Amino acid sequence: MIHTEALGRTFRVGKETIEAVRGIDLDVAEGELVAFLGPNGAGKSTTLRMLTSLLPPTAGSAHVAGIDVVAQPAEVRRRIGYIGQKDGAGHNYRVWDELVLQGRFYGMSRAAATASGEELLRTLDLEPLRMRKVSSLSGGQKRRLDIALGLIHRPGLLFLDEPSTGMDPQNRANLWEHILRIREERGTTIVLTTHYLDEADQMAERVVIIDHGRIIADDTADALKRKQAGDRLTVVVPTAQADRARGLLATEGSEPAEQPDPDGTALSIRVEAASHAMPGVLERLRAAGVDVIAASARQPTLDDVFLNLTGRSLREGES
Amino acid sequence: MVALVPPRTSVVTDVGHVWWRETLTIVRDPFSLIFSLVQPLVFLGLFGPLLSGLAGDGALFGGSSLQWFLPGVVVMITMFGTSMTGANLQFEIMTGAFERMLATPLSRASLMIGRALKELTPLVVQALIITLVAIPFGFVLYPLHVVVGLVMLGIFGVGVGALSYALAIAARKTEWIFWAVQQSLLFPLLILSGMMLPLETGPGWMQVVSRFNPLTYIVDAERVLFAGTLGSPTVLWGFAAAVVTAALGLLVGVRSIRKATV
Repeated sequence: MIHTEALGRTFRVGKETIEAVRGIDLDVAEGELVAFLGPNGAGKSTTLRMLTSLLPPTAGSAHVAGIDVVAQPAEVRRRIGYIGQKDGAGHNYRVWDELVLQGRFYGMSRAAATASGEELLRTLDLEPLRMRKVSSLSGGQKRRLDIALGLIHRPGLLFLDEPSTGMDPQNRANLWEHILRIREERGTTIVLTTHYLDEADQMAERVVIIDHGRIIADDTADALKRKQAGDRLTVVVPTAQADRARGLLATEGSEPAEQPDPDGTALSIRVEAASHAMPGVLERLRAAGVDVIAASARQPTLDDVFLNLTGRSLREGES
Repeated sequence: MVALVPPRTSVVTDVGHVWWRETLTIVRDPFSLIFSLVQPLVFLGLFGPLLSGLAGDGALFGGSSLQWFLPGVVVMITMFGTSMTGANLQFEIMTGAFERMLATPLSRASLMIGRALKELTPLVVQALIITLVAIPFGFVLYPLHVVVGLVMLGIFGVGVGALSYALAIAARKTEWIFWAVQQSLLFPLLILSGMMLPLETGPGWMQVVSRFNPLTYIVDAERVLFAGTLGSPTVLWGFAAAVVTAALGLLVGVRSIRKATV
């Protein structure tokens, strides 16, 4: 569905040249659900805008649905749906008018646009709002209407730019339920950007981590966590016994780390399947005369992955 | 799933859809149209008598001042309406509606032409009403000539609308610039076209400058048409000015859309 080679984009701001995207090589197969994850300003949206033909690349090439985005941008636009960051529906218009006209923009007959619109109103719980002015809708309702606008022509490939930014958790969950249901029904390929870690983790089957305009990791969330971060096992021991514990833990796992704890010293190591390794480790520590005060096993998050790859936390940049 | 590829649409169809989307704001809220009708009537009712008082119905206006002034009012409402095309667009740039439409297969020119034509839609109604109101006061109506005049204004208005559209895109990061430029261009253009007051009595430099103002040719042509003459070179000059303005406007407009992607 998508194939890019060394896709890049630079912007000129005054005399400065900003490299927003530098050499993205990406392949997305039909039916995939891919999330671009990265901090604000990483180049996610710029990449998405190039793939949707809204922004011409300054380097490399991109084919979307088999078509070159530079040579035939209009042909690309006919084959995709795009849901931008901001409200796509015009505030001075009625919900139903915007929806049907959007279908007409894609060359659908009035009857086809009406049928597709009716179905989307039902699926997205927008039916009672049909004749409402867009400006009178709540944020969550507007977002659902945006989804409907992006799907009215039944595209095989859907792009979503930060679909749930600014929504409360309840609305986000509802929105995702709608998106996933439509995907199940239609087999739509979906590419989205997000800076929410949990969203990428739970929703996407494939996470592409973008930082400073480059892809720094590309895999399933589980594989990324396993390969890039791994489980961590942490024990808190009396500071006087820390040396003894440290020596023993070094043989149990890798990447030791430690930090002071109110009760003593917290030591942690990276191990496979931390919760299963825990009883054995505790037993051997006790046998060696270490009085373990507390212990925990933690599975990694995508933030750990990002931290491991870049030395920075994604949460710091989260707004 | 086999992705359905929607059929191609023609530019004319696209223009129709964009125009209808804009026009729906009037259809769903007809009161806005009533207000836009009041303005030309005010000009006609309050400015017209001053003109006839100033010069008397005589040499200056070549007959009735109403016959001279009414076409000017029709040109004025065209300019007011179409030069504001970009103002509605600005709001849609701030929300994401502009971007959403850019992501559809709609042709770039249709985005501008459709919006400009929407501003021209009320013009037909406005022109009709002020003409009907003026008839009891001695205005002579030549229906065919007026229709030709409205077609000319339509072509010209598409050009002005496209330029206004381009201005809104250029000023998308600093909204007030749109109004500053629109206002500081609109009134000099209107005055230097002889629309409100005849330029014949003005200083020589104004008459020279007015020759470089495309609006002058439109106003002159509309006056000739409203006076009941069709086969005049003035009308041809008017059409030439309208076509040049439309071509220039669309060229600038489409270019600014292509660049608007930052």
